[in-house]
Amino acid sequence: MDKQISLTIDGRQVTVPAGLNIVDAAKQAGVDIPVFCHHPKLEPVGMCRMCLVEIGRPVRDRATGQFVVEDGAPKIQFMPKLETACTNKVEEGMVINTQTAKVADAQRGTVEFLLTSHPLDCPICDKGGECALQDLNMKYGPRSSRFRLEEKQRFVKPVPLGELIWLDRERCIFCARCVRFQDEIAGDAVLEFDDRARPMRIISVSEPGFDSVFSGNTTDICPVGALTTEDFRFGARPWEMEAASSICTQCPVGCNTTLNTRREARSNGEIVVKRVMPRQNEEVNEIWICDKGRFAYHYAQGEQRLTRPMIRKEKKLARASWDAATQLAAEKFLKAKKDFVVLASGRLANEDLFNLKMLADHAGGKAYLYSHMAGGELTSLVGVSAGTNIGTMGAGSAIVVVASDLYQEAPIWYLRVKQAQERGATLIVLNPRETKLDRYATRAIRYEYGEEVKAVRDLTKANEAGEALLKSRDVVVFYGSEGLGVAGSQNLAAACAKLLNDNNFTGRPNNGLIGVWERANDQGAWEIGFTVEDDLAKALKGKAVYIVGADPVHDGPKLAKALAEAEFVVVQDVMTTETVGIADVVLPAQAFTEREGTLTSGERRVQRFYPAVPVTGESRPDFAIVSQVARNMGVILEGTSAAVVFDLLAATVKSFDGLDYAKLAEVREQLPTVGGNDRYYGGTTYDNKDGLGAHLSTAATRGEKVSIPKAQKEALPTLKEKELLAVPVNKLYHRGTTMMVAELLHQRIGETSVSAHPSAAMRLGLSAGQTVNVSFDGVSGEAVLKLDDTLDEKILLTPRSMGMAIREPVAAKVKA
Amino acid sequence: MSLAEKYPQEVQQILSKYPPHGKRSALMPLLFIAQRDEGYISKAAMQDIAALLDITETEVAGVVGFYTLYHEEKEGKYRIQVCTDLPCALRGAEGFMGDLCDHLKIKAGETTEDGLVTVEAVMCLAACDRAPMFQLQGPDAIEYHEHMTVEKTMELIGELKQSEE
Amino acid sequence: MTHVLLRHREIPDIGKLSVYQNNGGLAAFKNAVTKMKPGEVIDVVKNSGLRGRGGAGFPTGMKWSFADAKSWPHYMVANADESEPGTFKDREVMENNPFQFLEGVMIGSYAVGANIAYIYLRGEFWQIAESLDRKISELEAEGYLGDKIFGTDYSLRIYTHLGAGAYICGEETALLESLEGRRGQPRVRPPFPPSEGLYGKPTIINNVETFTNVPMIMANGAEWYKSMGTADAPGVKIFSLSGRVRKPGNYELPFGTTFRDLIYKYGGGVQDSRSVRAIMPAGASSSLILVDDDSILDTPMDYLEVRKLKSELGSASVIIVDDTVSMDWLINKTVHFFRHESCGKCTPCREGTFWMSHLTERIHTGQAVRADVDLLLNVAKQMQGKCLCALGEFSTMAVVSSLERFREDFDKAVQA
Ligand SMILES: Cc1cc2nc3c(=O)[nH]c(=O)nc-3n(C[C@H](O)[C@H](O)[C@H](O)COP(=O)(O)O)c2cc1C
Ligand code: SF4
Ligand code: FES
Repeated sequence: MDKQISLTIDGRQVTVPAGLNIVDAAKQAGVDIPVFCHHPKLEPVGMCRMCLVEIGRPVRDRATGQFVVEDGAPKIQFMPKLETACTNKVEEGMVINTQTAKVADAQRGTVEFLLTSHPLDCPICDKGGECALQDLNMKYGPRSSRFRLEEKQRFVKPVPLGELIWLDRERCIFCARCVRFQDEIAGDAVLEFDDRARPMRIISVSEPGFDSVFSGNTTDICPVGALTTEDFRFGARPWEMEAASSICTQCPVGCNTTLNTRREARSNGEIVVKRVMPRQNEEVNEIWICDKGRFAYHYAQGEQRLTRPMIRKEKKLARASWDAATQLAAEKFLKAKKDFVVLASGRLANEDLFNLKMLADHAGGKAYLYSHMAGGELTSLVGVSAGTNIGTMGAGSAIVVVASDLYQEAPIWYLRVKQAQERGATLIVLNPRETKLDRYATRAIRYEYGEEVKAVRDLTKANEAGEALLKSRDVVVFYGSEGLGVAGSQNLAAACAKLLNDNNFTGRPNNGLIGVWERANDQGAWEIGFTVEDDLAKALKGKAVYIVGADPVHDGPKLAKALAEAEFVVVQDVMTTETVGIADVVLPAQAFTEREGTLTSGERRVQRFYPAVPVTGESRPDFAIVSQVARNMGVILEGTSAAVVFDLLAATVKSFDGLDYAKLAEVREQLPTVGGNDRYYGGTTYDNKDGLGAHLSTAATRGEKVSIPKAQKEALPTLKEKELLAVPVNKLYHRGTTMMVAELLHQRIGETSVSAHPSAAMRLGLSAGQTVNVSFDGVSGEAVLKLDDTLDEKILLTPRSMGMAIREPVAAKVKA
Repeated sequence: MSLAEKYPQEVQQILSKYPPHGKRSALMPLLFIAQRDEGYISKAAMQDIAALLDITETEVAGVVGFYTLYHEEKEGKYRIQVCTDLPCALRGAEGFMGDLCDHLKIKAGETTEDGLVTVEAVMCLAACDRAPMFQLQGPDAIEYHEHMTVEKTMELIGELKQSEE
Repeated sequence: MTHVLLRHREIPDIGKLSVYQNNGGLAAFKNAVTKMKPGEVIDVVKNSGLRGRGGAGFPTGMKWSFADAKSWPHYMVANADESEPGTFKDREVMENNPFQFLEGVMIGSYAVGANIAYIYLRGEFWQIAESLDRKISELEAEGYLGDKIFGTDYSLRIYTHLGAGAYICGEETALLESLEGRRGQPRVRPPFPPSEGLYGKPTIINNVETFTNVPMIMANGAEWYKSMGTADAPGVKIFSLSGRVRKPGNYELPFGTTFRDLIYKYGGGVQDSRSVRAIMPAGASSSLILVDDDSILDTPMDYLEVRKLKSELGSASVIIVDDTVSMDWLINKTVHFFRHESCGKCTPCREGTFWMSHLTERIHTGQAVRADVDLLLNVAKQMQGKCLCALGEFSTMAVVSSLERFREDFDKAVQA
């Protein structure tokens, strides 16, 4: 789109990129043409008729093709009718008038029409204050109504479209933005219009209602208050709220968000987060977030929060001072010497992880990342780096997704990968079972659980998929942990890294390996030098353990047992977990909403988050607590300023070299323009004022030599009679500690279930819907059995974090 | 049983009319089969067709809702749809409709007590020169009845009743 | 006269393939496929001056030449939605002279390079679709349709597709949406169907009657065709005559026939010997022609002349309104039709038809005041020129014209 077009808008000569429609072009030239149905991310439909303008086109001579000149100026021909600015593209020499009496009359008429059956219930409408209809009526509409109140089209108000989103059909202005978003962008066409003409209305008849993990976005782009979330409905007025920039902590995508907060009586006079909104970052999440990010933030505030340090005395946790608690912890850690173990999760910020790693190193202990997935040292070597933007990938590039269900694990990546494919990128999806992304895959390749390494190696063989891949300019590989534990994912990562490295798909923008991690900052932990331990239970037994931001006791009896046999357990967390229940010392940490810090996304972009609400109780930021514990152990670590910790990190860890907080806070102009004062145009997404973040470098971009370890084929357990291979898979909505606090999502989380092929069930004498007992490794649990004929007959599909303590594929007995 | 199992040949024949990327075109003809089967279009039928065409149930429902010949509820087994649009009205259709309803002791839009016929006013049916007229939408077919009188209509209803018994 | 289109009126069994063949049927198609280049077929149709019979009167040959040759495949679509109140001509053709229509589709498909043609029929034409399906099978059995027709490289299949009750599906882009299995809501244009139509591919859409002319033009030549009708509109047209006349029905007449001849010579005159008060030449979508002067009836019917009466010929569905009819009743009827049939996609039509219907209902039932009549005119004008497709515009035609030309009826209605 390098070609530029010159045209005249309201008498002013402007130059804009070719290919734009008039609304977007005018916007770039600083002229606002009012719209309702047009959205810069959606295909134009021209249905609301708000954007009507006068369009004149230069007349060309039929014979010569040259512009006809009259009185020294090109002759311009205007159509007798007004035309929609949203569906007409700019052309050289066009003359557009947006301010004439004829245009004003059409705008007034359209707003009047839209208001004829509108309920005018702004005082009780959640969108009041950020409503396009309100704003545009003020600017363009008539001030009084000529339509009779009793003749308005009435509907029962509001109706649920599922338990997350409400629909007020009286407020709907039929722009179809929500329907189009679900169809074009989300790929979940679960909204439609029913009926036609004036009785027309939005419906969703999916099971569950509005069955899409992107549903909340429709409430942002709805230009009126027709769609609202159950979470925020009647929660607050937009003008009462403050806004703080943040990063979503629910998955490795790292969506930029804005936390809206308010001090309110119903929260005992506290300042609380009222809603999570997307914040524009075209290179990360554009203007979208998934429903988990939007609705699962509640754990940061509430009764489960830890508010003060505690020490176990006579079997009970008792309140203690910070000094006493950190001193005791330090004492035990010192005593343990090399038996000191840090177990931290990717929920923590880079600053926290850096201090923890420094502490472990200085004290001669170990620092483990709490994760079932390995391979992060390879994403540090050949991961994606500066300039990478999936949003620019298309024809000529290829994306491989292996052993991951992106829709469930990282919804915004799903969305961006899908769009890259629609722009022409080759998409190769390898997974043992069907996933949603298959629908868009250029090639969907099935392999058997355990055969992932071979499946990746086979990609370079002379077959259709391999050829498409190898002749691509750019290749990005996403690898996940579908059916894999630490060893398996390590091997898969090695196979993927080798593929990229051998074929020179590293070290350039839009090339490299991405891990579909479980947590938001797993990548940061890898960069800082954390490793994962295959046999974690063994590694914890008899040790002095410093558990930060993890709940291993909840996650499995094996780990619980190991910790029960640990020498000493210090737990540092935001909320009361099951692991807190066995801790000797408890240290309350601040939630990410209360402090600042940085997270490293799976795409290796470091991004800042900012404090939004006051600190809860006596809690402190993780990095500061670590520094206090360290000081008591005689190790000096920065503990007052997150920015300074980051500077030290940047000076220590090569891939962070050159970065600092100021750099991460830089912003550039992003198109389309959203947020700010023109919410009617892009929706209620916030514009980005606080930083787009920055990519880490890789060994490849630094020009270092890269050597990739050889991938081993994972040995799967052999199955006895009556046993199935239980394979773990990830679900977006699960029963993890932070998720369970979001009551709104309980219905979506559903019951604990496992799935098997109907004939496997028959062989074991089991039937669908039955509660079964699943036992493996001396552990057992109950789950409802579901049948799925797309599965292999040997397989028992077992979602992670759903009450079944499974980290890697195991042989499992299933019985009634 | 799904439509594809119940009417394999018809479903196949419908699908064969459209190119593979235009599979969704089969939606409207399949809805007619579903309606013929049950007298209306049930939720189960919509699910069935959605799965067959690889679209969502909501997309199917949106199409059912748009068109007036699809019915989501079971009403009279037969629908007498009288054209009362302008050209027919200029030739006495409204009087005919009124008289017919009086005879059946129902109002426009209602169903006779035995559930046999629903009388509805509809828009132009392309038979303006033969008013009064109506179309009889039954389970299997749509038939035009033109140059009608109340007597002839009552006779027709009598025949329908007989064929039911 | 002998008919060009309604030939079944002279040849009773022309609906049988053998009879159609014995009367020269399908020779034009065979000649075109075996002896002519597609472009030559288009030239003949262009030269004949044939204009589309679906309403807009667009030159057919020119439309065919627009099929984008850079994008394939091409599709041909016959518009048999026939839903304009007062129109019932395509039905008679398809019921009685189906092969001539089908042959027209076949010649057209060959001319535009389409290997698949769909006939989109309104859902109520269920029986016609069944009968057309049988005729299509007969043509296949005799080798007129299928692969490598007459041993050439040309292949063609024709399929019927039923709508399900929606006037808007006669609008060509709504028709395409419907044919793709979606809600029948119009698309923005451009792109126009000859560049992006069915499944995004070049598609030519013509009315049933338009197609039915084609075999006769190919058989008898463009000059023969042009010898009938007027310079503005060559050839013959089926006028669907309805309303308050003694003999309503279809009359195939050359363009340029006067309203008087249509009403009195063919239609048997006005019922009860009353006088003509108004004429709606294009069904419910018409601007009403005020017949306050008897000489108006001498207007020859073609696109140009009718436009001079501040109306449009459209699809020539001529509804006769006599002096017993009050206009407030009439527009209440038309507005209710459009309110019911608005697809709901664009604001002015969806809201405007709803609003107008409340006003016309109140005016007609004597519950309105003079200001409501002014408001009605205002609302109608507020819609004009702003809608996404022509339906919204159509809905205002009778309203604005009757308010401007028959104001006295409304004054009377609001005085009561
Ligand atoms: C609301 C509306 C309804 C229409 N209904 C029909 C119809 O029933 N039959 C038809 O042939 N054309 C109808 N048309 C016109 C078609 O859009 C299109 O112009 C026509 O099929 C082209 O064929 P032709 O060039 O042979 O006339 C309608 C147009 C509009 C705007
Ligand atoms: S004018 Fe009416 S029928 Fe046409 S798009 Fe608009 S709402 Fe639909
Ligand atoms: S029609 Fe252009 S913005 Fe809605």
